[in-house]
Parts: sequence; C-alpha cells; structure tokens
Amino acid sequence: MYVIVAGGGKVGFALAQALIAAGHEVLCIERDHRRCAVIAEDLGSAIFHGDCCEVKVQEEVGTARADAFIAVTGDDEDNLISSQVAKHRFGVDRTIARINNPKNKEIFMVLGIDATVNSTDVIMAQLAQEMPVHPLIPVLSLAGTGQEIVDVQVPEDSPIVGRRLSELDLPGRASIALVIDKRRTDVRLASPEIVLEAGDEVIAVARPEDEQRLREILTGVS
Amino acid sequence: MNVVVVGCGRVGSALASTLSDDGHSVTIMDLNSDAFRRLPPGFPGSTIVGNGIDEQALRRANIESADMFVALTQGDNRNLMSAQIAKHVFKVPRVLARVYDPSRAALFGELGLETISSTRIISGMVREQMNSSSPRG
Repeated sequence: MYVIVAGGGKVGFALAQALIAAGHEVLCIERDHRRCAVIAEDLGSAIFHGDCCEVKVQEEVGTARADAFIAVTGDDEDNLISSQVAKHRFGVDRTIARINNPKNKEIFMVLGIDATVNSTDVIMAQLAQEMPVHPLIPVLSLAGTGQEIVDVQVPEDSPIVGRRLSELDLPGRASIALVIDKRRTDVRLASPEIVLEAGDEVIAVARPEDEQRLREILTGVS
Repeated sequence: MNVVVVGCGRVGSALASTLSDDGHSVTIMDLNSDAFRRLPPGFPGSTIVGNGIDEQALRRANIESADMFVALTQGDNRNLMSAQIAKHVFKVPRVLARVYDPSRAALFGELGLETISSTRIISGMVREQMNSSSPRG
C-alpha cells in the first residue's frame, strides 16, 4: 500500500517507521524543515518538506494514487482539512485523522472523515479492558450526614438501560439526584419518569455501605 | 440578523463594527481578549473569548440562533473547520470563511462552503489597477 502520513512529530515519525517496517510504501509530510532534516537521517527520502494542507503539496507527493492518508499533526484543524483535501480533491478512499481534543470526534465524523483516533479513547479503552468493573466515583462527602455524593456511568449492557427511575429498587436511603445525558449537554433533576440510557451519568446520594449495591443496580456488574 | 464573527483582527473588528452600525446583532469571538481593543468604543455587540472550532465556545456565542456566521481568523484551516461546524453541526443558514490559499478556497467552495480568498481578490484588484492606469510619460 502507498500510505501518506501528514505530520512528522513523534506520532507521525513512529507511525512512518512502523509502516515502512510492515513493508508499505510511505511518505511523511512535515512543515518544519529542521524536523525534516532530523527525520531524513532515519527515513531518507520518505520525508517531504511542505504543508500537508496545501493542494499543491498533496499533488506533488502523488496523493491521487495513495491507498490511505493518515493525518497525525498536533492540530485538529490541520488534520481535518488535510484529510478533506486528500479525500475530496484526490479521491483517497481511506482517510484517518488523529484527534487531539476528544470533543472533536463527532464533528470529524459528520464532516466525512473515515476514521479517527484519539489518545484519550485509546487509553480509556485500555483501562476499561484491564478494569472491567464499572466504578462508582465518590465525588463529595456530605459532612455530618454520613452520606456521599457519587457518580456512576451507565454502561451499554446495564439491565437498567431503557428503564424508568421509578422502576429502580435503590438500597437503603440512597437516592438519585441528577441524570446527565451521554453528550453532557442536558443535566436533569431526577424525576420518576426519566428513562435511563447507555452512557448516562447518574449523580446519586448514598451511604458508603449502600454504594456497592447501588453500583450493582446501575451497572449490572457485581 | 444575528451574526457571529470569529476572529477580531483588522477585518473582523471592522466588519463587526459596520454590521452593528447597520443594525445587526453581532457577537464577535477571539482567542485573545486583547483583540477586542480593536473594536470601537461603545461597540454594542457581544464579545466572547473562545476558540472558533470549539463547540462549547460557539454555543456560548449563541451560534444556535445565528442567521449568519463569518470565519475571519488568521488560520485557513481554523476558518474552514469552524465554518463547517457552523454549517453542518449548527445548521447556520449563511456561512462565510476567509481562506488565504486560493486552491483550498476553490476546493471547499466546490464542497458547498462560501469562501472568500482575499489573496485572489487583492491580486486581481492590483492587476486591474495596473491595466487601467496610464503608463508614465
């Protein structure tokens, strides 16, 4: 495969090396000429000095025949625009963009980027694998009451997804205070008719001894 | 009209001021609060410190009720990205982006974005002036 890597920072350089080692034809585009000189010592002619967002530069490196265009600079706007130029001007089938700000993930999808990678998600996925237990996070201890404010995220496979708050059988004196939707745009005061969805964040008040049971009810994991 | 302008440089501040004089309700955004000193004293619009490619900051600028969005920062890619967010995420009816690079302006123009390439416009104007002015002597 011919793969173009846009951005020769730490990620771009390491990616280019890995792709070359895997037997692919690789060209890495980097804007800073001093950085290019450093990379050239290792990658030789597989480094190209120029602005990856410019149509002319992409033309010179033969983007039209590239099988994949991977944008991994440190700036989300540069990754978005260079991928769009590759896709729409040169017809590259597969564009992958690195996202530095996780909030941009959905925007990139809406704007037609085939795949995105962000280090926050990668690390979170890794953590989730290593710690399959969905945690309950104590947020604040309410002095003098013996109770705590806790935060639990409703996982996709939780048995309470699609159920109303009124249907939950909460332990002891535990009560749910707030429900925050997955996109973190809507904070609702708990009321019996609210239907819980996967990804919702539930803020509850509970005594420490009831927290284990509360977590089991909300996440389905014992 | 409700207008959101991103970038309070020379062009952004002049545009915001003119549009306000014309009776439009203007919100101008910039990453740097210092930039707002370019606005005339008594500027009636709102100023928001924030990044034009940040959804949350755009919401603070009331993009959801905007009739028009103009991206005028120094960065072509930032303008193209914020204009696309305005158009495709917030569905602002009229979106304009300044793009210095004429080829990028043309490409994103083909993709349905209204772009203004000041480079192309100014070089065209200079050429016209040259052709119309009489030679010396």
